[in-house]
Amino acid sequence: MNDTIAAISTSVGQGAISIVRVSGKDSLNIVNSIFKGKDLTKVPSHTIHYGYIKDTNKIIDEVLVMVMLSPKTYTTENIVEINCHGGVSTTNKIFELILEQGARIAEPGEFTKRAFLNGRIDLIEAEAVQDLISAKSDKQRAVAINSLNGRLTNIIQNQRDIILNILANIAVNIDYPEYEDAIEVTKENLTNDLQNIKKDLELLLKNASIGKIIKTGIDIALIGRPNVGKSSILNAFLNEEKAIVTDISGTTRDLIEANTTLEGIELNLIDTAGIRSTNNLVEQIGVLRSKKIIETADLVILVLNNNENLIPEDKNLLKIIEKKPHIVFINKNDLEQKINLPANLKVIFGNTKDLNGLENLKKEIIHMYNLDKIEEKDSTYLSNIRQINLVKEVLKDINKALQDTTQNIPVDMIEIYLRNAWDKLGILIGENYEDELIDKLFKNFCLGK
Amino acid sequence: MKYDCIIVGGGHAGCEAAHITSFMGKKTLLITMNIKNIADTPCNPSIGGTAKGIIVRDIDALGGLMGRIADKSHFQIKMLNNKKGPAVQSLRCQIDKILYPKNMLEELKKHQDLEIKEATVEDIIVQDKKIKGLKLNNNEEIYCETLILTTGTYLKSNILRGDKSIESGPHGEKRSNFLSDNLKKLGFSIQRLKTGTPPRIQKNSINFSVCQEELGDNKYYTFSHDNKPLYITNNQEKCYLIYTNEQTHKIILDNLEKSSMYGGYVTGTGPRYCPSIEDKIVRFKDKERHQLFLEPESKFYDEWYIGGFSTSMPEEVQDLMVHSLKGLEKAKITKYAYAIEYDAIDPLQLKPSLETKIIENLFTAGQINGTSGYEEAAAQGLIAGINAVCKIDEKSPLILKRNESYIGVLIDDLVTKGTKEPYRMLTSRAEYRLMLRHDNADLRLREYAHKYGTITEESYHKYLEKKDQIKNLKRFLSETKLEISNKIKKVFQEKEYSIPKNKLTLLELLKRPEITFEFLDQILNIDFSNEVKEEVEIEIKYEGYINKTKKEIDKMLKLEEKQIPKDVDYQKIKNLASEARVKLEKIRPISIGQAARISGVNPSDLSILAVYLKKEYNKNE
Repeated sequence: MNDTIAAISTSVGQGAISIVRVSGKDSLNIVNSIFKGKDLTKVPSHTIHYGYIKDTNKIIDEVLVMVMLSPKTYTTENIVEINCHGGVSTTNKIFELILEQGARIAEPGEFTKRAFLNGRIDLIEAEAVQDLISAKSDKQRAVAINSLNGRLTNIIQNQRDIILNILANIAVNIDYPEYEDAIEVTKENLTNDLQNIKKDLELLLKNASIGKIIKTGIDIALIGRPNVGKSSILNAFLNEEKAIVTDISGTTRDLIEANTTLEGIELNLIDTAGIRSTNNLVEQIGVLRSKKIIETADLVILVLNNNENLIPEDKNLLKIIEKKPHIVFINKNDLEQKINLPANLKVIFGNTKDLNGLENLKKEIIHMYNLDKIEEKDSTYLSNIRQINLVKEVLKDINKALQDTTQNIPVDMIEIYLRNAWDKLGILIGENYEDELIDKLFKNFCLGK
Repeated sequence: MKYDCIIVGGGHAGCEAAHITSFMGKKTLLITMNIKNIADTPCNPSIGGTAKGIIVRDIDALGGLMGRIADKSHFQIKMLNNKKGPAVQSLRCQIDKILYPKNMLEELKKHQDLEIKEATVEDIIVQDKKIKGLKLNNNEEIYCETLILTTGTYLKSNILRGDKSIESGPHGEKRSNFLSDNLKKLGFSIQRLKTGTPPRIQKNSINFSVCQEELGDNKYYTFSHDNKPLYITNNQEKCYLIYTNEQTHKIILDNLEKSSMYGGYVTGTGPRYCPSIEDKIVRFKDKERHQLFLEPESKFYDEWYIGGFSTSMPEEVQDLMVHSLKGLEKAKITKYAYAIEYDAIDPLQLKPSLETKIIENLFTAGQINGTSGYEEAAAQGLIAGINAVCKIDEKSPLILKRNESYIGVLIDDLVTKGTKEPYRMLTSRAEYRLMLRHDNADLRLREYAHKYGTITEESYHKYLEKKDQIKNLKRFLSETKLEISNKIKKVFQEKEYSIPKNKLTLLELLKRPEITFEFLDQILNIDFSNEVKEEVEIEIKYEGYINKTKKEIDKMLKLEEKQIPKDVDYQKIKNLASEARVKLEKIRPISIGQAARISGVNPSDLSILAVYLKKEYNKNE
């Protein structure tokens, strides 16, 4: 209970506003370190503050932050709540930043658990909790903790067993150094085993992104200079006039979000305001937001006009998207080709005038995400941030172990990372959960209150 | 006549207990059935080993004798795991079975407050659940404030070979017939344990020319923090390695039913980690051979020990088995192997101070608590002795935590988890073993030793000085920047090490895995003792690992801090699972942390307990 916990308290992806809640002794410092505005450590209790959430120097979102100091709070600890703009990517980004600063993801019901352990909920309520505890059958408890499906549990259990075997082997080497019975765990065979584990975990994480795709779809940002036809593309996808399409450049001043499906997978299309240097204030705000969208989107589609040659702004955009998953779409191929494309640039041609003018673009999206190959759309994937984070942590341990192995750190030291990895995989599947304590029981409570 | 402390049994636990209570100024009586068996080593002729060697260091840091006496009494010493990390390195020495007891007895005789008496104890005298004294088999009564039982394997012990079972203590000594029954009457639950020892053979009947030599290290080590090495590396005795073969295995399998174990003559539970040779062959059928170690027992007599060959076969089968071994074709067995079963108490009946929960001021230590091994016994004897004195002086007991010493791990395991087989310490039992190293025993424990008055001022000052030196060396390393001259460049190039950038501090440089003080000594004159350098090098090189372990320790300590009041009534706590209730009732953990380590006490039980404690004991907050 001495660590600081955080959770997204509103349901993710719905509603105009999301709330990220942080509770614990470091909550002020954690939020303060990513907050641009007043020094939150110096503000009075129960006050609201306007400012920005930043990732080092990059602005992530414009927010309102509520500071509530111990003891008059829900958990009796210091609580900070961030009201940010709803939408999966922004909220998750803020949440991730908080975790990076040292908070831990709250278990379901953990805020309530803390309220109770800190004596905020009174004794009669505590007794009621006890009764609740006793009312639960062991089976029900087991069900609650094991929210993963069987196949995934098997995969993780398998990894755990492999690690356990290595651990046991190392233990024998250490405790019986003179006995030849046990094969020595050497740098070579350890590296080999770890590489295999690493591969499997990476696959699991890769599938997790498929899981995410299945669950929340693909966030696609349409970018490009004004009037290259982004809104037309959006409309063609949607078959409806959602974006205002005119020939006057700069019509789309706000971000237009629309959903459609492709091969059964949801596409969240975000039409950004045309990105160009501008002095128009309204447009400037739009441009700023567009840049943010690019950062948080899963896929960026850069739209260029077939009928015009590249200008420095286009080249600039090509550079911006280099590090993101992206497609360069050359629109208006029904018009004369005036565009002069750099060699080696992979592009898709199409237009919004012909009936199947966007077919190649759709094919490319399907190809990029193997959408036609996702068969069991409800199968083995890590389904929440907690699970994904745990696997990421395990992967970190394994990578550290691998790295140290190459540096000739003794195997019995590296064992510490393996033991850690083993423990965390155990937590993931509900075994060997070190600090289960009351956690199980409070699963029945809705996250937050 | 009333003693402050009486210790029953003069084995390794008894000797440490008697030494420390008299060192701490208490009038002490040590009772043994045979004064010749003081600090006897009835099994392997070695002290230390993996994890055990660190226990000996810890005993020494706390003022115990085992390390000091071992330093004086061995003829071979080596650092095990010396190619592995610092956390798992541990000393082992081959002791002389005549010298060790002799040196121990001499040391004990130096204490003016210590009397040693030959007698057999038959019963203990208890009044109002508190110890009053004891009764000898001649009905003499002796009175005391505190009593420590360190009876080893002598309680109702039987020696087994084949279908023969003899009522006897180790190597033919008298056994104690009544004490364990009387303990049972007082409410102790008694369990039957089993251990064994291999045959001994005459030295001049061994053909050493076909055996593989096992040498001591070509380096100087001591177990004790206060001793200088007393041996010469080149004068160490050799041990030898041999193997079992197909013939040996056939003899054993053909005669399996004749062994006490497989013939069904044994009732006690033996240890898994120290199986008899018949066990090894039955359980690992595919293995073509097993290692055996030939070790000398003493320079003063001609007996050798066959490590790894313990058995409960009848004598005639043992002859066949030994003679099937290469090099031992003509070996003459001087003592046949045997299994021994004995009574022990269930250690769950002990507090972490090693005082029994049933009878106040009664302590138990060593094999009576279900452990195995000289080192494990000595460690408990020492702690029981210190805590007996604390009890008399009305001070809080010395309870070492799992992150402070292997002794802490040992006792916590015993009183929290109990044991169904003789408990041997293993490195893998210590989750924080990176902190529990050979090199830092004094840094971990000498403050306690000073606080409890178990070491001399001189020893304490030596420790303070080392601590100071460590600080100074660290400062020197962080303040000294290495100028890369051509000469220095060359030293790096010769070793094919990458040349560091100019003016890197020595501290940064030492973080590189390949850079050691041994290497730095070629470049600079760093005037600190090797001991201090070793310590600093480990702390710098493995800083990341050490910090990671420290984080884990912090988590554990937070749970340890949550104390459970002594008078908590588990019957009153609703909704505890019945298994958890029974175990909590029996073990009565002192903290939530300890409760969490009890198998069968689930997290939900812990929560219920935590809620109850909050409600019952924090009413006024």
